Amino acid sequence: MFLFFLLPILTLAIMSLQSGDFFNGFVFTWNVGNYSRGISLYSEQYLHAIEYGGAATIVALLVAYPAAYWIAFHAGPRKSSYLLAVLLPFFVSFVIRTLSWGVLLADDGPLFGPLKSAQLLPLDFRVLATPVAVTGGLAYTFFPFMLLPVYASLEKIDRGLIESAQDLYANRFEVLRRVIIPLSLPGVFAGVLLTGIPAIADYVNQDLLGGVGTTMVGRVIERQFEVSLNYPLAAALAFVFMLGLLATLLLYQRIFGTEQIMGD
Amino acid sequence: MTDVSTRRPLRLGRFVLPAYTHLVLLWLFAPIVVMTVYGFNDTHGRLNIVWSGFTLKWFTDPFGVTALTSAVKTSLLSATIGAVISTVLGTLIALASHRYRFRGRSLLDAVMVMNIAASEVVMGAALLTLFLTANVPLGFLTIVLAQVMFSIPFVAITVRARLVGFDNALEEAAQDLGATPFSTFMLVTLPIIFPGVLAAALLAFALCLDDYVITSFVSGQTQTFPLWVYGATRLGVPPQVNVIGTFIFLAGALLSVGFSLMRGWRNRQLARESAV
Repeated sequence: MFLFFLLPILTLAIMSLQSGDFFNGFVFTWNVGNYSRGISLYSEQYLHAIEYGGAATIVALLVAYPAAYWIAFHAGPRKSSYLLAVLLPFFVSFVIRTLSWGVLLADDGPLFGPLKSAQLLPLDFRVLATPVAVTGGLAYTFFPFMLLPVYASLEKIDRGLIESAQDLYANRFEVLRRVIIPLSLPGVFAGVLLTGIPAIADYVNQDLLGGVGTTMVGRVIERQFEVSLNYPLAAALAFVFMLGLLATLLLYQRIFGTEQIMGD
Repeated sequence: MTDVSTRRPLRLGRFVLPAYTHLVLLWLFAPIVVMTVYGFNDTHGRLNIVWSGFTLKWFTDPFGVTALTSAVKTSLLSATIGAVISTVLGTLIALASHRYRFRGRSLLDAVMVMNIAASEVVMGAALLTLFLTANVPLGFLTIVLAQVMFSIPFVAITVRARLVGFDNALEEAAQDLGATPFSTFMLVTLPIIFPGVLAAALLAFALCLDDYVITSFVSGQTQTFPLWVYGATRLGVPPQVNVIGTFIFLAGALLSVGFSLMRGWRNRQLARESAV
């Protein structure tokens, strides 16, 4: 584990403090300037990432919770079939799924094309290349990471507790508010983490579904490495990003414990 | 059954929520349907967005794009090697962390959580800097190394879930009866944890096959299937991508439906046996 995880992170940290350029080589100089430059240049892209990733996490939670609730409490013997159905689309490569959303949401694609020729939508109506498409794509991509933990925690709830609440004259709304939702919170927290982190970091959805001005920080890091060849700056950007995520995670762990994340 | 609905029929549970859940499923399957349908699109331009008639020509010629075919081959090969290595290493980690409650255990947990939390972009960037610093040429080898790295935690977690409740005394008993450590592992430990190992291996294979972000950082000039498709978006994606995507989907779907049917059948059989 050390070799596979800590060593790369360590080299990343060292790289982030170097200066020089690709053709003359990089030298380690405690160049903290990479950090201040990275943050001041790309603060907008960091904010985009938090914005779209955060919105996508909320969308995924709102979409997943009622469905997970129904599968856990009402689907009866067909529970596992429904779970399988939720997972099946994710056998298709992630890039192809995102591309297909691009086709589906395209201005003259199968969804909006006919609506536009029927004059039900204005001609300049668009979803593709807007933050809405990016957020929707992110919520879609990481949906199972939300649904599965929420489902697991709902499924674990002792049905006797619900019956006792009903015997004590709780109405349906109160059962939901005072018993079911509090007991499902561990799953919700795990889901938020497992969806939120990759959604904030992702740049494929933004690249394929978003337009100019929706760039997220993940894309900046990738471009700096692959195109600008400014490794130290890219490393600094990545390192800041990781520290931010890690701080959030530690805060989270303080409050809820690791078991929720590891699932054991 | 402790199904709440049988005890107290709720209209919400009977009509609104099931309809809603099916709508969610529709949403989940929408891009899959688009992918499959556009594999039959008789498109002539580079863009496969506007429907222009039905054709089977892409399905009869799925390997018509040479670069795409070789990318698929690279993907299958690297995912297989990556899955095998990460399954072996991940299983060993799971066994070690189960058997010896060593002091490093919580550190191990922390590293695994961090690995998931670090996000793909950061891991890709970190591995790339490592390979650059160590002067490892980018290509097939670095792709496999990266895939092993990111799938190990998933393997370890999956196998460890299977190890919950595994009694170490079984291994001690085997050794008391004269089994060598190796034969103990092959005859006692492995058969018990095998379903977990198999599930972990399939998960690792799927993760390796599908990975775009980390692989794109460390791939150099080598193209895997997702990388090739992603690159093709600039020029227009050939319908063969839809066809191959449909095949991969069908293979995965058949495999998992088959597995779950088999499990259901075995559970029923076990229930029958225990009833006798």
